[in-house]
Amino acid sequence: MLRFEHVSKRYPDTGEVLTEINFDLAKGEMAFLTGRSGAGKSTLLKLIAMMEQCNRGTIMLDGQNVSRVSEHKIPYLRRNLGLIFQDYKLLNDRTVFDNVALPLIVSGVNHQEISRRVRASLDKVGLLGKEKKYPVALSGGEQQRVGIARAIVSKPKLILADEPTGNLDPDLSNEIMLMFEEFKHAGTSLLIATHDIELVHRFAYRVLSLDKGHLIEA
Amino acid sequence: MSKSNAVHKHNQSFLALIKERFNAYLLNHAHGLFSSLGRLTRTPFTSAMTILVLAIAIALAGGFYNMVANIQQLTGNLEASNQMSLFLKDNISEAMGQKLADQLRQHPSSETVRYISKKQAMDEFKLNSGFGDALSALETNPLPSVILVQPKNALETDEDMQRLMREFKQLPQVDFVQVDMKWVERMQTIMSIAKRAVFLVSILLGLAVTFITGNTIRLELYDRRHEVYISKLVGATNGFIQRPFLYSGFWLGFISGFLAWLIISGMFLLIESPVEELSILYNGSFQLRYLGFFEFLILMLSTSGLAVIGSLGVLHYQLRHLKPQ
Repeated sequence: MLRFEHVSKRYPDTGEVLTEINFDLAKGEMAFLTGRSGAGKSTLLKLIAMMEQCNRGTIMLDGQNVSRVSEHKIPYLRRNLGLIFQDYKLLNDRTVFDNVALPLIVSGVNHQEISRRVRASLDKVGLLGKEKKYPVALSGGEQQRVGIARAIVSKPKLILADEPTGNLDPDLSNEIMLMFEEFKHAGTSLLIATHDIELVHRFAYRVLSLDKGHLIEA
Repeated sequence: MSKSNAVHKHNQSFLALIKERFNAYLLNHAHGLFSSLGRLTRTPFTSAMTILVLAIAIALAGGFYNMVANIQQLTGNLEASNQMSLFLKDNISEAMGQKLADQLRQHPSSETVRYISKKQAMDEFKLNSGFGDALSALETNPLPSVILVQPKNALETDEDMQRLMREFKQLPQVDFVQVDMKWVERMQTIMSIAKRAVFLVSILLGLAVTFITGNTIRLELYDRRHEVYISKLVGATNGFIQRPFLYSGFWLGFISGFLAWLIISGMFLLIESPVEELSILYNGSFQLRYLGFFEFLILMLSTSGLAVIGSLGVLHYQLRHLKPQ
């Protein structure tokens, strides 16, 4: 599903952030991406999400080379990804329904289909019945679940989560992780960046560890 | 199922998908059109200021245009009168004047000829000038008798007119000849300068509309950059993202165009009655003209169009540089 081959990323002011990264993530596989702040976790995710381009190497996403991709193709390739953020990145002036519907609206799905799939997504994260609420009226855990519903609504092949439990207490974090396991069983690949060591230990999945830009597989 | 049947069914479902996508696309546009209008009303003060500035700029150009068009209308009436006035010498009697007029009617270059005797001229002047009583006090009639000659239309070149004028001047009965054409020409030259000025002012103010709208859209884009980032991250194309902003630009142009039309109409409504009074003082029947339907249509189309162009330019540049962090 996802393959990194000799990937390096260098920024003009901070120097090399990622060096010679190689790994594979299979279909339906879940892995943690750990490391200290500044170890390059976010940069690695940004390369996959085509928010940055690597300087060397190749990144293959579902058979597509996303490390060398023209600007106008990026939107279409991003539709294969589900992105989840630590700060949720919800639109506060839109309802829960509209937030979750956004990926479907931008790809031109029709009205009935949107309605059906948004409800299905919200059902999966346990928020059915809160479609008309605004994000600010929800708790942190609920807001993150809206973010997750938005990430899965377009049935992506790969979910990238950047510190998804960073702002949540252990109980809520557990809940979120159980949800991720369900997606994994449904055949979705997941890459979860986190520095929550306890969480990593509790769920015994593959761990990709970054240290000063080098990948160490535990 | 036969093969052709399967193909047929496949085509049908493909068509259905296209139709479905197209409907979603239309719905998207309709949503963009009305939600952007709604967004303008969410920041009423800012929107009102921008629209007012745009409307004033547009009204300046449109008002100037209509003013020139009004003056043009005045000189337009004069255009037909390239007639010559032959003022006769004082010692020419009415009978001799009539005889000369008859002779001139036979002239190959004359279209119509009209003789006005001293008495007729006086009567007309009394009637029209408003000096009636004062003129009655005069012992002698100071006005000369006149023969008005309207040359044939074939005489369009200046040279022909000059030749005819010289010919009439040499007639012994004629004191002097005046051609109305001369000052019509001057007037027309002034008008062509004014028209060019309207054109230049319109271009400048049109550019102002383009840039003001562009800048407003740039600010709106900045205000909503969070939404732009998120849309980009979930796979929105630049075309999709810019659509509501383009509609915002369209509404700015459209509403301010309409407001400008109201301002122009209001201005001319205010000067209508003084103009009418002036017209009566000059014995005229001058009707103030307003912007016609097609001019209104062009005004709306060009302001909306310029606003969209301004927005498009800004969006094209900015969206490539707004990258999600």
